[in-house]
Amino acid sequence: MTDEPKQTDEDKRRQRLRSIAIALALAFLVVLFYAATLVRLGGNVMNRPI
Amino acid sequence: MESEMTADRVAVGEPSVGDFLALMKPRVMSLVVFTALVGMVTAPGGLHPLLAAIALIAIAVGAGASGALNMWYDADIDARMARTAARPIPRGKVTLDEALSFGVVLSVGSVLTLGVLVNWTAGALLALTIAFYVFVYTMWLKRRTPQNIVIGGAAGAFPPMVGWAAVTGSVSIESVLLFLIIFFWTPPHFWSLALYRCRDYERVGVPMLPVVAGAEETKRQILLYSLLLAPLGVVPALIGLGGAVYLVASVVLGAMFVWLAYDVRRSREGREGDQVARKLFRFSLAYLFLLFAVLLGEHVAVRMMA
Repeated sequence: MTDEPKQTDEDKRRQRLRSIAIALALAFLVVLFYAATLVRLGGNVMNRPI
Repeated sequence: MESEMTADRVAVGEPSVGDFLALMKPRVMSLVVFTALVGMVTAPGGLHPLLAAIALIAIAVGAGASGALNMWYDADIDARMARTAARPIPRGKVTLDEALSFGVVLSVGSVLTLGVLVNWTAGALLALTIAFYVFVYTMWLKRRTPQNIVIGGAAGAFPPMVGWAAVTGSVSIESVLLFLIIFFWTPPHFWSLALYRCRDYERVGVPMLPVVAGAEETKRQILLYSLLLAPLGVVPALIGLGGAVYLVASVVLGAMFVWLAYDVRRSREGREGDQVARKLFRFSLAYLFLLFAVLLGEHVAVRMMA
């Protein structure tokens, strides 16, 4: 994507959509890891010496 | 890249999200997800539904990543074959560098996700699948030997083993059997395609069997592999992986496979031969899908009743 001459409006729109897709993918990963952590720990979250 | 690349800098504007999705070979991906799912459902024991979903997503993304890396490496020949000329890199939508980074990031990401969140046996098997497809098949064998798809076919055969390992954390005789079925299915499947796409492969110098050994030898080998595949497809019913429905389905479908392969063997070259080969190619897809679908259906039914 270096030395691109000029971005047309269509180019900008596609780039924007790509950025949104990447953002959604990252957010999805965060949720995935959070949920998977809860599932894997399960009740053991409470299982510790006081 | 070994040859002078022309596709690299003819970029026509920014790539869209769809172009990157196309890099992942969605149709191959769907078969991978399906066979992996069958591996997961037929495996003994259970996996939390969320972890099962994560495993499937990771396997799908890993398969897509290896597709992108394959398109990165093969862009030069893809551009000159009718079947592949419309892929994002030859069309100038995605550059080589973009495809390479996309493939590498997703490969590493999918393996780590599967390993960390599910288990490392499955993670390692997924890494092996990707590495086998990219390094062994694409880079090493594809342009060198007519055995390319025989050995390279292992990459496509791993997914049910990955799915099985995601549930059990191990490899077992049943999952190896699922692997073997796809492994012996791949050569007749691809060679029937290569029979009527022979000219394309010849032009770009990919040594597919019909190009190197001729149509007659290819038809002989297709029949040989079909004769191996058909009985192998029945074995799951004999070791208790499949039930009565599977037994009947695998016998009938296997007989049809051999019958069609025999038709191909008898066909003459030219129009008629192409038509029969195309018929076998289509049927081979249905064969694998139906075998696995019946296996899936049986196991789902048993689980529902339990």
